[in-house]
Amino acid sequence: MMSNNIQISMEQNEKSGWRFFFAELKPKGKWLTPFNIISLPVMALGLILIVIRFIYGIGAVTNLSQETPWGLWIGFDVVTGVAFAGGAYVLTFLFYILNSRQYQSIVRVTVLNGFLAYVFYAGALLLDLGRPWHVVNPIIGNSFGVSSVLFLVAWHFLLYMIAQLIEFSPAIAEWLGARRIHKILSGMTIAAVIFGITLSTLHQSGLGALYLMAKGKIHPLWYSEFIPILFFVSSIFAGLSMVIFEGTISQRVFSDQLDDQSHQKHERIIRSLAKICTGTMFAYFFLKVLVFIHDENWTLINTPMGYWYLVEMLGFVLAPMLLFLYGYKSNNTGIIKIASVITIVGIIVNRLNVTIIGFNCDMSTHYVPSWMEFVVTFAVIFTEIWIFRWVINRMPVLRESPSWAQNH
Amino acid sequence: MGATGLAISFGKNSFALGKSENPVEFFGILYDSARCAGCRTCEFECAAAHGLPEPQSDVEPIRSTTEKCNTVVNTFKTSKGEVYIKRQCMHCSEPACCAACLTEAMHKNKTGPVTWDGAKCMGCRYCMVSCPFDGPKFEYHSANPKIQKCDMCYEKQLKGEKPTCVANCPNDALMFGTRRALIKEAQKRIIENQEKYVDHIYGEHEAGGTGWLYLSPVPFSELGMNTTVQQSSYPALTKGFLYSVPSVFVLLPTLLLGVYQATKNNLQNQEPNDEQ
Repeated sequence: MMSNNIQISMEQNEKSGWRFFFAELKPKGKWLTPFNIISLPVMALGLILIVIRFIYGIGAVTNLSQETPWGLWIGFDVVTGVAFAGGAYVLTFLFYILNSRQYQSIVRVTVLNGFLAYVFYAGALLLDLGRPWHVVNPIIGNSFGVSSVLFLVAWHFLLYMIAQLIEFSPAIAEWLGARRIHKILSGMTIAAVIFGITLSTLHQSGLGALYLMAKGKIHPLWYSEFIPILFFVSSIFAGLSMVIFEGTISQRVFSDQLDDQSHQKHERIIRSLAKICTGTMFAYFFLKVLVFIHDENWTLINTPMGYWYLVEMLGFVLAPMLLFLYGYKSNNTGIIKIASVITIVGIIVNRLNVTIIGFNCDMSTHYVPSWMEFVVTFAVIFTEIWIFRWVINRMPVLRESPSWAQNH
Repeated sequence: MGATGLAISFGKNSFALGKSENPVEFFGILYDSARCAGCRTCEFECAAAHGLPEPQSDVEPIRSTTEKCNTVVNTFKTSKGEVYIKRQCMHCSEPACCAACLTEAMHKNKTGPVTWDGAKCMGCRYCMVSCPFDGPKFEYHSANPKIQKCDMCYEKQLKGEKPTCVANCPNDALMFGTRRALIKEAQKRIIENQEKYVDHIYGEHEAGGTGWLYLSPVPFSELGMNTTVQQSSYPALTKGFLYSVPSVFVLLPTLLLGVYQATKNNLQNQEPNDEQ
C-alpha cells in the first residue's frame, strides 16, 4: 500500500515536473534587446562555421599550420578562459574553507560562471580536436597516456566540472523544489569544494606545464620552468578580476533579482577582493622579476618583443596592482573596477603571449587567427551568456534561496 | 589524478618483459650528408611505399616535410659548396611526442621506431607543439585527419627488411642498424676522414639522443638543422611537475580540511556576537 502511494505521488510529481520544465524553457522578458540582436547572428554564423569545420576539416576555417598547431581556440578559449574561471575555486576557498561569510551573495553566481566556463571553453576544445570521436580514449581507459600533462589536464577538467556541478546543485534543487535531494546535495558541498580546489591548483598550473616541452619555440621572455607556478598564481587574480567585472555587470542587468542591500554588500565585497588581488599580483610580479633575473634575459629587453614584455609587466601587472591598492585604500570602487578591466586585458595578453604571440615568433609568416576563428570564439562566449542568463532568471543564484533551504 | 602513481603501479608489464625476453636495442639510421648526391630517390620511394602523392621533380631547394610528404632532401649553399640534407622525423630515444600524447597514440616501439596509431589519436596536436624537430604533420583539410610522419618503415622492420629509403639509396648515404653500431660507424668515418667531416654526430646527444644520426662536411647550423635543441631529454622537462601531482593530491586536501575545521569552530564561537 505504502509503496503504491509513493509511486503514484512520484508519477504526479514527474508529470507536473515535466510541465514545469518545459514552461521554464521558454524565454522570459523582452526579445529585442541589443545583446540579443548582436549575439543571435554571431551564434548562427558560428554554427554554420562549425558545420563547415566538421565537413572540410580544421584548415577550412582556421589559419593553423604545421608550425602553429594550437591557435586562438586553445590559446584564448581554453587557456585564457580557464584562467578567468579561476574565480570559482578562489571564492569557494574563501567562503567554505576560510568561512568568510561576507562572500555568500556572490559564491553561487561565481560557481555557476566557473562551471559554464569549463563546459563551454573546454567544450570548445572538441572543435579543435581533429578526431573528437576519440575524446573518450584517455577517460575510459583503453589508452592511458599517464606521462602526458594533457592527460592530467583532461581528467581534471572532467572531474572539476563534476565537482562544480555538485557545488552548484543545491540551487537546481531549490529551483525544482526538491527538498530531500537538496539536503543530500548540500551535504556533499564541502567534499566537492576541497576536491575542486585541489583539482584547480593542479590544472591551472597544468595548463602552463603543457608548454614546458615547447622549450625553444616560446620566446625566452615567456618560457620558464616556472610557467606552472606563474599560471597558478595569476589565475587567482585573473579569476577575481573577472568576478569583480562580471559582478558589476550583473548588478545592473539583473537588478530585479537583487534586494535593496545588495548594492552596498557588493561594494564591500569588491573592496576585499581588491585587497586579495593586490597581494597576489604583487606575488606574481615578484615571481616574474625573479624568473627574469634567474634566466638572465637582460639582453632581450632592448628588442621589440622586449618592449612588449615591458608593456605587459608594467602596464598590465604593476599598474593595475597599484590601482587595486589605491582603490581599496581610498574606498574607491570605481578605480577597482577599472583595475579589474586592465587586469583582464593583461591576462589575455599574457596567455596569448605564451600560446600564440610568443610561439614560434621568429617565423617569417606568423599565425594570425582567421575571422572565422574569432566568430566561433564569440559564438561560444555568447552561447554561454545565454545559458547563464537563462539560469539566473530561474534559479536562486543572485536572489535569496527559498526560506526552506536557508538553514544549512 | 595520481597519474604518476598509476604509472608506477601499472609498471608490471615492463617488469614481466625484462624476465621473459632478451633486451632489445633501438634501431636507427645513419645519414651521411657527405655521400648524399641529392638525387631524392628516397623521397620518391618513401612516397610510393606510404601511399602518398608522388613528389614534384622540380622543387624549391629548401622545404619542410608536410602531411603529404614524410621526407625531403634539401640543398644548402655552404662554405664547402652545395650540401644536401635529408629531413624526416628523428625518432628520438625519449620522444617528446610520446610523452605528450594523452592516448598513447604516439608510441616508441621497443626496437626504436616512433609510430602513430589512428585508433587512439584524438587529433589534439599536442605532439606537434612538443616536438623540438616539428616532426608530426597534421591533415588540416580532412574531416578524418591523420598525423603523418616517418615511421622508419616499422612494418618492414618487423619482417626483417630495411626501411625503404635505406634499401633504395643509390649512393650508400643511408645505413640501417642498431643505434650503438651506427654511432661506432659514424665515429670511425669521422676519425678516418677528418677533413671530410665536422666532428659532430648530430643526434647522438640532441634531444637526449635520436634514432636518426647525421654526419656532415659542414657545421649543422649551415644546413638548417635545429642547433638550439637541448642536449637532454624533452619529456624530462615535465617530470618535476608530474611528480609533484601525487603529493599535492594528498597534502592539499588534508590542509584544506584542517583549515576548514579550524575556521568552522571559530565561526560557531563568533556567531552569537554577530547576531547582537
